Amino acid sequence: MKTQQEIFEILKAQYPDFITTQDTEANELAIEVPALQINSVCQFLASNPDLLFDSLILLSALDDANGKKNSEADGSFEFDGGTLSVIYHLESSKLRHKVVLKVVVPREKPEVESVSSIWQHADWEEREAYDMIGIIFLNHPNLQRILMPYDWDAGFPLRKDYKNPEFYMGIKVP
Amino acid sequence: MGLLDKQFSDENIILTKAEDLLNWARLSSLWQVGFGLACCAIEMMATSASHYDFDRFGVIPRPSPRQADIIIISGTVTLKMATRIKRIYEQMPDPKYVISMGSCSNSGGPYWEHGYHVVKGMDRVIPVDVYVPGCPPRPEALLEGLLKLQEKIRNESLVKKEKV
Repeated sequence: MKTQQEIFEILKAQYPDFITTQDTEANELAIEVPALQINSVCQFLASNPDLLFDSLILLSALDDANGKKNSEADGSFEFDGGTLSVIYHLESSKLRHKVVLKVVVPREKPEVESVSSIWQHADWEEREAYDMIGIIFLNHPNLQRILMPYDWDAGFPLRKDYKNPEFYMGIKVP
Repeated sequence: MGLLDKQFSDENIILTKAEDLLNWARLSSLWQVGFGLACCAIEMMATSASHYDFDRFGVIPRPSPRQADIIIISGTVTLKMATRIKRIYEQMPDPKYVISMGSCSNSGGPYWEHGYHVVKGMDRVIPVDVYVPGCPPRPEALLEGLLKLQEKIRNESLVKKEKV
């Protein structure tokens, strides 16, 4: 069993190029990982005999709402720039320890590598993150909407600057 | 009309209006589509079960919309589901009736302001005959809704309404 700090040290020794900091904003520490390295980092975490992270408890996405706010006359607004985040909670059921990873991507190009090849369960979690926040998961086997209608083209509803469309298939929405 | 058992002193002919007979037949065997959506569906199932016994009003769940007379919209209607409900409704033969059960189906309920995915009232998609308020309504409330629907059917007419 290892603490988050010890796992951070192991990862820092393994990937000195890009694993350098932990996010301290939330209650939990989160190791920051670049978007295009998450798959190899997770493969290491899953297969290393000292870590053995065999389960992805939760994959969640977040709109950080930290861009430039462009307000419009009707009270709605849009964000220019800023970031979106993906947060991974991992657990090892054999060694009984946990770790939190965080990937931060720019709002204009929210591309993150998929981890569904490591944990099958990530398939649907990533589809939900795509559906609600609009994170594009690269190398995902079937990246389409999971909760909203398949033909939904009015954007991603859990983004802070989301605006409801007037109509969906002739049904008045707001 | 009500129960006529043992109301006559001898065997005889009963005279009634064709309209009344048809309405009585319709309102006494309202077969519902076996269809539930959310927590209201649990109350609807409780209403169907032995304690409240929907069957005593002639309400039997049917597995196919083609054999059903009423549909009880029991729960939150999402935009995705609304298109399917419309399709089920269109498959039902006339005359068909709709009971909207619970706040979500009546008006969007708790999703009124922030529900990006919820239809704000089932009447935006299909015509509704009876609205049953509650979140979720008790089985007694649903029974009351059904009685109101029966009352509505009892007063239907075969005669075309004059345009005013």
